[in-house]
Amino acid sequence: MKHIISALVENKPGVLAHVAGMFAARAFNIDSLVVGRTENPDMSRMTIVVIGDDKVLEQVRKQLAKIISVVKVQDFADRPIVARDLMLITVSAPPEKRGELLALIEIFKSKVVDIGPKFVMVEVSGGEAKIEAFIDACRPYGIKSLARTGTIAMPRQARAED
Amino acid sequence: MASKVPPPAANASTPILKPGSQIVVDTLVEQGVEVIFGYPGGVVLPLFDKLYDAPLRFYLPRHEQGGCHMADAYARASGRTGVVIATSGPGATNLTTGLATAMMDSVPIVAITGQVRTDLIGNDAFQEADTTGITRPITKHNLIVKDVKEIARSIREAFYIASTGRPGPVLVDIPVDTEVAQCEVEPAGPIEMRGYRIRTQGHSKQIQIAAQAINSAEKPVLYVGGGVITANATDELRALAIKGNIPVTTTLMGLGAYDQTRPESLDMLGMHGSAYANYAVQQCDILISVGARFDDRVTGKLKTFAPGAKIVHIDIDPASISKNVHVDIPLVGDAKTILTEMASLIEHRDRTEWFETIAGWKKKYPLSYDNNTACIKPQYVIEELSRQTKGEAIVCTGVGQHQMWTAQFFRFTKPRRFISSGGLGTMGFGFPAAIGAQVAMPGQTVIDIDGDSSFSMTLQELGTAVQYQLPVKVFILNNGYMGMVRQWQELFYHKRYSHSFLKVPDFAAVARAFGAAGYTIEKKEQVPQVIKQALAEKGPCIVDCHVEREENVWPMVAAGKALDEMDGLELLERMA
Repeated sequence: MKHIISALVENKPGVLAHVAGMFAARAFNIDSLVVGRTENPDMSRMTIVVIGDDKVLEQVRKQLAKIISVVKVQDFADRPIVARDLMLITVSAPPEKRGELLALIEIFKSKVVDIGPKFVMVEVSGGEAKIEAFIDACRPYGIKSLARTGTIAMPRQARAED
Repeated sequence: MASKVPPPAANASTPILKPGSQIVVDTLVEQGVEVIFGYPGGVVLPLFDKLYDAPLRFYLPRHEQGGCHMADAYARASGRTGVVIATSGPGATNLTTGLATAMMDSVPIVAITGQVRTDLIGNDAFQEADTTGITRPITKHNLIVKDVKEIARSIREAFYIASTGRPGPVLVDIPVDTEVAQCEVEPAGPIEMRGYRIRTQGHSKQIQIAAQAINSAEKPVLYVGGGVITANATDELRALAIKGNIPVTTTLMGLGAYDQTRPESLDMLGMHGSAYANYAVQQCDILISVGARFDDRVTGKLKTFAPGAKIVHIDIDPASISKNVHVDIPLVGDAKTILTEMASLIEHRDRTEWFETIAGWKKKYPLSYDNNTACIKPQYVIEELSRQTKGEAIVCTGVGQHQMWTAQFFRFTKPRRFISSGGLGTMGFGFPAAIGAQVAMPGQTVIDIDGDSSFSMTLQELGTAVQYQLPVKVFILNNGYMGMVRQWQELFYHKRYSHSFLKVPDFAAVARAFGAAGYTIEKKEQVPQVIKQALAEKGPCIVDCHVEREENVWPMVAAGKALDEMDGLELLERMA
């Protein structure tokens, strides 16, 4: 089972290494880990997708919270969230296939960000299902390379203000 | 290096500038540090220059690992934070075993290491190592201070983190140019750390629920770990156990938290714990864990651990709760405050049947050994030491059979008297630990009960003991083997003693060569007299006692077995 955990951490050198090292040492199974600055230059947000059952998730939360540079840990298990992944993918696009490929890109509401004689580079953002579906759809054409950020997520607004 | 220019006289318009090295020393003094263990080196020369005439007592080990173990035991014996200083590269890497030892046993240490110049970091410079990278998994927190203005705050925070909540080692890495750079010093202010909040007060409703459950229990057991000693909560524990009439067992780390001579004491539990403690835990209906972490040495096979028991867990670290064993009533907070609040709600219950059952187990399976032999049994030496020191000595050990026998046969009545590497199981801990404990408690008798193999790992610290005339007494239970390894090879590998035997030196001669006193015991009749003489020595002393070579520790919960599936019970029964 995949769970998404969001952690607010201090924006200091070594924090990413500390969190990654802790996950490795405790043999937690990490699907993806993304970190970036927030509107506060002192703080970064880390979004981690963990694979495991509830017992594992509880330990992941607690061990993360124990790290001094980790300020706040949020488990999104029971909350409605918005989750997004960003991908850049270079697909083989010979002239005879280009038309249908561009139509596919249109269907997925994605953007062409680079175009060349043999390849197109597409920027796709969305939930994990959409990203996976696009990759599958591109496979028959030939994927040259791809880069994904991994999932970032934030909670939706509750009916009554949080 | 530039020649020293005296600082300008202070007046209203000239700020007082101090070099980083001075700020380090001043902040240590401000934090109440009295003792430092450390070893000089290239990138800590500026710091050592300021230590030369600082109002601090300094002790030089012969290896940084020894220095770290000394700081560790200093902390365990005194309740204060230990301090160790080392240089960059090999100095820092030599600390790693000591830091990991302190980390596993939750001991407060601040380690200060020098680092190469900031512009050389990451360049494979001379004596450079990625100290913060290497020590990240074995410290509670670590940091590198690249700005001299951050030194004071970093050290203050280091002490705060090391000594509060669940204590642990904190490392501060200081590049040499930061030590030399100058700045004005900010006075100490309140410490605000966004990512570090300590909860001391337990949840009152939870405490009530726990107390109710305990009061209605027929067969309760208190399972006590090192956390009770760290929290200085042994008086509160005693009050609770006596008021509630509840039997008490301790882990290795908890020895001394409860007076073993009291009737409620079940002695130690676990892999080499007493049969009566293990049976009590397996058959109890409520297990009240305080300051312990359900370690694998204690639980045996997890699936069958305390099968009928409701589990109450009092601990300051929420990550320890329900980590291995599902906890029914968790209580996060400080043991002292929680035990006090709980004791007011606990009622006395007779529980005669439960205590009678326990008494039956104690009678049938006492901790014992066959002393009707001509050779010297290691357990006999330990019992004689316990008798002669009358509960007033601080006892350190190495790791292995001698450590287990000490836990079984030495009687502990007070906290901070048993100092041993429990979590990491570091051979060689005993002797430097004894030195550190002696520094912490100069008036007390400090003994190290050690094995020949463990002692061989750090025996060069004899130099330190002699240099500062620290009168530690080392009793080596010498069997020419790594005893515990040999026992496992006997039991599980058909006595194939693969590289578990040593050619040992004449330890008494080694002691004398270093300038300490040395005794050798080869005959059983010599034991009481030589122990008496050794304990009376004014300076450091080594006693090399040649013991039975192939003696085993019983009972034993073998790997994969349940806590009540102990081996060796027939032997104990026969000797009862």
